[in-house]
Amino acid sequence: MTDRLLRWVLRIGAITSALIMLLILFFLLLESWPALQQITLTRFFTDPSWHPLEAAYNLLPMLSGTLYASIGALLLAIPLGIASALFIVYYAPPHLALLYQRLIELLAGIPSVVFGFWGLITLVPLINQLHPPGASLLAGILILTLMILPTITLTAHAALLAVPDEFQRGAVALGLSRWGVIRGVMLPAARTGIVAGIILAAGRAIGETMAVLMVTGNVVQHATSLYDPIRTLAANIALEMAYAMGDHRGVLFVSGLLLMLLVMLLSGMAATLSNKHHA
Amino acid sequence: MFSSKRSAFWIAILVLIGFACLVPGVAAAQKLVLTGSSTIAPLVGEFARRFESLNQGVRVDVQTGGSSRGMNDTRNKIANIGMVSRAMKANESDLHAFTIALDGVGIILHINNPVTSLSKQQVIDIYSGKITNWQAVGGKNARITVVNKAEGRSTLELFLAYFGMKNSAIKPHIIIGDNQQGIKTIAGNVNAIGYVSIGAAEHAAGYRVPIKLIALDGHEASVANVRNGSFPLSRPLNLITASIPQGLTKDFITFSRSQQVHDLIEAQYFVPVSDD
Repeated sequence: MTDRLLRWVLRIGAITSALIMLLILFFLLLESWPALQQITLTRFFTDPSWHPLEAAYNLLPMLSGTLYASIGALLLAIPLGIASALFIVYYAPPHLALLYQRLIELLAGIPSVVFGFWGLITLVPLINQLHPPGASLLAGILILTLMILPTITLTAHAALLAVPDEFQRGAVALGLSRWGVIRGVMLPAARTGIVAGIILAAGRAIGETMAVLMVTGNVVQHATSLYDPIRTLAANIALEMAYAMGDHRGVLFVSGLLLMLLVMLLSGMAATLSNKHHA
Repeated sequence: MFSSKRSAFWIAILVLIGFACLVPGVAAAQKLVLTGSSTIAPLVGEFARRFESLNQGVRVDVQTGGSSRGMNDTRNKIANIGMVSRAMKANESDLHAFTIALDGVGIILHINNPVTSLSKQQVIDIYSGKITNWQAVGGKNARITVVNKAEGRSTLELFLAYFGMKNSAIKPHIIIGDNQQGIKTIAGNVNAIGYVSIGAAEHAAGYRVPIKLIALDGHEASVANVRNGSFPLSRPLNLITASIPQGLTKDFITFSRSQQVHDLIEAQYFVPVSDD
């Protein structure tokens, strides 16, 4: 009886979350529909610029900005995160490992707006001395790295701990060095978990809004160097939504759709990746 | 054997949720509809909340859509009151306008920037990228960082209208959202130039944020000058009605122009009109 009840409760929970997800997608489509009907799809990629009040709707610079910032942050955070996890699990003395782990957990708990604020008053002026105007792709990448580093570290840590003890013992018994054990046995065995963490982190990087909005300068352009300001899709919505009306509002929903498409593409990629691994 | 108790619990929860959804649907006795400017709407929304708490059974519905929508809706009697964030034109004398606050936009620089005043033409040249070094306007030899507002913001609208520019003609290095972000950006960059609500800038400067408001064409940018109308980059925030206000409409307009809402006006960095 309890089992049946639990099954129903879980079923309702699952259906509700799936429904909410579909409702959001439906709502996004509904809100962007009027704009999509008036503006042909190609204009989002061929218009001269993004000036919605002057009927120019090019989304490409923001797509490139989103991708540059996320990929840049991943390139920095993946090696750092995995190295941190390995340090905690295999190299650090127990006390230090615990302290370090708590520190990373703390980093994971800091609200994004605090990162943004810190970036705005510390990081941006620093970069400004190096190369004005300071608010730049580089600042965005650094802030995002800080934000996704704990995600990658903690998931990699959990994945490494989940590898059965026998694997390690067996490898050690074969006379492999510590690095040999890690590289040859532990990392491959924990691969699925680590990749899942990276995908999670990538999702966060793509969708992060407040922190990025505060440090990247938000100029709509294709960046040609790390010091150029950029605008991400998420920042675009947050910046302009409050005062947008009519078509302007509609195209902001279109950029929301594009963002969602990007994340869907990412999770699709993750699914095929893990399937390949299992096969 | 616990299951019947548990299902009773879940049913109770569901019933509670159901009630919670129903309660706000109960109709209010009196309703007031306001539409118009997105600059005024957040402010009037705050007024409305306080007005509702002071008057039982009254509901005030505030919708945005721009000043022109406010004007149309008021004329067509769709809205009781319209919100218009500019001075009334001569051909709009059929409407009754009541100014609730003033909005001024001032140019701000970092406090260590030696420039103290800019002319209208200099501001246009800086924002359109013709002047890129502070030396050209009497400052240090350093590149100017141009800070612009995001599309759709009312301060941007006022700025563009005053300087007669199109947003696509501006060559910005940083684009910001609200006033606070602008102030922090300028405070962190000695060579930046930006524009924000004068009230917000004065407030921040009062808290030792390293920024300063500079004079525009010789007019000092201050809340006092916005209030007495001598600062050029400012505008009135108006409530308008199609006929002489009566009843609830009159009550709300009187309320909006009274001392009771001055704290709300100042909290959003606008300038209250009545000085008493």
